[in-house]
Amino acid sequence: MYDLAIIGGGPAALSCAVYAGRKRLDTVLITKEIGGHLLLTSGIENYLGFESITGAELADKFAKQMAQYDIDEIIGEKVVELTKQDGFFRIRTEGDQTSEARVVVLASGKRSRTLNVPGERELTGRGVAYCATCDAPLFAGRKVAVIGGGNSAFEAVIDLLPIATEIFLIDIAPHWFADQILIEQIEVSPKVKSFQQHRVIEIRGERRVSEIVIEPAEGGEIKQFEVQGVFVEIGLVPNSEFVEGLVKMNQYQEIIVDCHARTNVPGLFAAGDVTDVPEKQVIISAGEGAKAALSAYRYLIRHKGQV
Amino acid sequence: MAILSEHEREHIVETLGELERNVKLIFFTQDFECESCRQSHELLKELADLSDKMSLQVYDFKEDKEIVERYRIDKIPALAVEGEKDYGIRYFGTPTGYEFAALLENILAVSTGTVELSDETMEELQEIDSLIHIQVFVTQTCPYCPRAVRIAHKLAQANDWIQADMVSATEFPHLANKYDVFSVPKVIINEGIEFEGALPERHFVQHVLMAASSRT
Repeated sequence: MYDLAIIGGGPAALSCAVYAGRKRLDTVLITKEIGGHLLLTSGIENYLGFESITGAELADKFAKQMAQYDIDEIIGEKVVELTKQDGFFRIRTEGDQTSEARVVVLASGKRSRTLNVPGERELTGRGVAYCATCDAPLFAGRKVAVIGGGNSAFEAVIDLLPIATEIFLIDIAPHWFADQILIEQIEVSPKVKSFQQHRVIEIRGERRVSEIVIEPAEGGEIKQFEVQGVFVEIGLVPNSEFVEGLVKMNQYQEIIVDCHARTNVPGLFAAGDVTDVPEKQVIISAGEGAKAALSAYRYLIRHKGQV
Repeated sequence: MAILSEHEREHIVETLGELERNVKLIFFTQDFECESCRQSHELLKELADLSDKMSLQVYDFKEDKEIVERYRIDKIPALAVEGEKDYGIRYFGTPTGYEFAALLENILAVSTGTVELSDETMEELQEIDSLIHIQVFVTQTCPYCPRAVRIAHKLAQANDWIQADMVSATEFPHLANKYDVFSVPKVIINEGIEFEGALPERHFVQHVLMAASSRT
């Protein structure tokens, strides 16, 4: 029986682990991989103390700091079930590994939102991509579509500019949400054709993506373009399904926490992008993770001997 | 100009400080080097220089036919990482970016002779009695790829029937095309079994066993 189980491997989880380690809590960290979305971010310029650092380097520093403390790790499998028992919690991973802990911090973050259009699921990995950082190089000399209007979509376009021959940027909103500094980089490129206020109807292809079909949001002429890749960058959804029915969530399925990182379930805490704390930023997640560890520690002290 | 920065060299020396047995980096290139081969060659030279326990052997793809055949090299740049013996660990393309860290881990594992695989995996691998060829397609900027490459190389180190290749999709686009690689990592096992994504060890091994049983 552990004192604390941390579910997740991003900044919230790693920061939580460091604080838990310093309190000498008997801790296990369970995650698919270490780093979370940091791994998909090439440049971070707003994490205090680092003028500019890559996501991978920052994740590496976090992991090294955690390694200084005696934290058990289960890496490579995501958690699929969390149940509340009598005075403790039981956690099960997709590989059927189970752990038990007196308290739990949920720091499972978010994953890419899908379009939910015909062809998307079938062609995922065959031209439909959610990670421009990983897959952009595979589309050299090809035509691609990028769906989205925020920073992620614009950064994907920037990654693709030197690689693809033509880029269709498609978004449902009437204006871009991305930082102006990114918009300016795209506006000057003749390779990019923008379609605001358009939705994707279908992604077509047999063994791989060959076409994308879109229509104006208000109705009108359907357009189809020959593309070999579709990068979906329309935001993120919380990895909170495994605690559905157990904890209170908002309408976005984010776990509701108070300012002590407490959920509505005693002994269950949450931190980072999976919670309803607004502004999903590395520095905020790290702070929330630390808070969650300290709250968990205080809870354990008060419930000493009660397992 | 050196490929590895001072900071990177320090980190590598620190990581490789734990090397036990000698490790051979067996590199295949050709006389008139393409950019990929040249870069790989330079990187491996600098890497090998950082430890007495590492040595670099360079062979010519066209001239050294016997060695090329022995190591089953069909494209370059190619690297075999050898410790006590040839474990069937190969890198086709330049192991930079995220793959470089995987290469260092690989060198450490081969040097210490340790393989970090579960007891269940080790037991299941004993069922294999025919050649298994694993190809892991990667890009250098893909953060999930090293996990798939590490598992593949650990399997090769643990079982003499298994050869595992890291294949750079960007440096071998014709192969990426042949195998429909539109997302990385993509794993191809014995040409017939394939999957995308860095699956956990258990699921990876299940695919290897599928490939093994589909031969009988």
